[in-house]
Amino acid sequence: MTTVTFIEADGTHHEVQARNGRSLMQAAVQNAVPGIDADCGGKCLCATCHVILPADWYARLGGPGPDEAEMLNPTPERTPTSRLSCQIEVSDALEGLMVQLPAFQM
Amino acid sequence: MLDTVKNLRMLDQDPLGIALDRIDVSQAELYEHDAQWGFFERLRREDPVHYCAESEYGPFWSVTKFNDIAHVEKNHQLFSSEPTITIADLPQEIPFQSFIQMDPPKHDVHRAAVQPVVAPVNLAKLEPIIRERVGKILDELPVGETFDWVERVSIELTTQMLATLFDFPFEERRKLTYWSDATTGAPDISGGDFITPEDRNVALADCGEHFVRLWHERVGKPGNDLISMLAHSERTRNMIDSPMEYLGNIILLIIGGNDTTRNSITGGVLALNQNPAEYDKLRADTTLIPNMVSEIIRWQTPILGMRRRAKADTELFGKQIRKDDKVVMWYVSGNRDDEVIADPMNFKVDRENARHHLSFGFGIHRCMGNRLAEMQLRVSWEEIMKRFRMVEVVGNAVRAKSNIIRGYRSMQVQVHPW
Repeated sequence: MTTVTFIEADGTHHEVQARNGRSLMQAAVQNAVPGIDADCGGKCLCATCHVILPADWYARLGGPGPDEAEMLNPTPERTPTSRLSCQIEVSDALEGLMVQLPAFQM
Repeated sequence: MLDTVKNLRMLDQDPLGIALDRIDVSQAELYEHDAQWGFFERLRREDPVHYCAESEYGPFWSVTKFNDIAHVEKNHQLFSSEPTITIADLPQEIPFQSFIQMDPPKHDVHRAAVQPVVAPVNLAKLEPIIRERVGKILDELPVGETFDWVERVSIELTTQMLATLFDFPFEERRKLTYWSDATTGAPDISGGDFITPEDRNVALADCGEHFVRLWHERVGKPGNDLISMLAHSERTRNMIDSPMEYLGNIILLIIGGNDTTRNSITGGVLALNQNPAEYDKLRADTTLIPNMVSEIIRWQTPILGMRRRAKADTELFGKQIRKDDKVVMWYVSGNRDDEVIADPMNFKVDRENARHHLSFGFGIHRCMGNRLAEMQLRVSWEEIMKRFRMVEVVGNAVRAKSNIIRGYRSMQVQVHPW
């Protein structure tokens, strides 16, 4: 298990124990973190699991792949360090990660 | 027209008895009678990627299972949205294009330009306006008298919302409804009988004229509406030079915001009436409303499906698709796929994972207005529940004849205040 924190737009912190091998999105959904909808169930098809990474984490984990980018592109809340959390796999390397949730999902 | 149908009339067939290869789910009559379920259940079970060799629209493939549909949505490089997304081919005399009928890169440019108008931050500003309007519409409803919910509430509410989005002259707002219905309701586009193709063309010319005039007004005096956004955004301020593109995008947004939301408003009332125990749950706990909204949208499935065109020969779950074949993703079927959704034929206001449905589509074309639709439905139900113990359906819901839209022409109700 890896400790990650989701921060809602209003500043509320949700620290969760995320399962290695599952996606960051699944960690949010399984821990009832508000603000991640995951309408498509994790297939990179809805862009409702959007999270914003700190710059150093973004550099470390890398940017979105092409399928992910094309879903993120039209999102009004997109930032230079945006990712879709269904495309980020949880591992020990994510220990201590804190991600910001946008005010809205698409 | 029935006399040109080359296949059997589905309404006369037994879904379990008919030969598999004669099944033709493109027939608009099926949806008018809500008679599609047995055919789709058979296809999901026996031939989930199904070829119909002869139909009024030529040969086409049907994709009937949830995950198979998601796969086609994802692979837009292989399954194009051009030249159009209806089963029917685009009539010659409709020259306009909207981004729903475009592939990347052109699609992305157009969508990115209009997406901000329905950005959730803007929706938050719209919510109080919607609430006030809903309240007024509901407060003016007759009590103890039968009336048409579709006309008095569903159409009225969605039309007012469209007028606001465009800052369209409020007293002329029913033109928006008419132009939308004219586009989707003609036999050559959807198998419908709302309007003749000739009258439809006249309506579209009228629509075009109105919106070109509004563009020129907004260039000078911009507001917070969609036309102002198009006229002043870097990417689209020259769109007026391609009037067919401009008209196409306007029509798309009118249609997108029109009968889909309208039919979901009506559908929710029908669903609750058909499932009284669910109505009891709702009365006991109105915090269920947001979840119920998703379930209504799944249950109604306001867009029956979307068509794609194979760009190359390809295999699709064991079937050989040829280049240029039509491939129809049937959302109405995928939303009843019991391999993905438990007890899918049941309407459950407290359904788990209610947001996991196909009604908005998936992928790059996923409905841009989905949050606006959800917000209208949520606010409508909040205001309905404040006022009425029950909205009672007192007659049969009359369904629309279409192979694109799943909707209602009329539904007689009586309202019962607390």
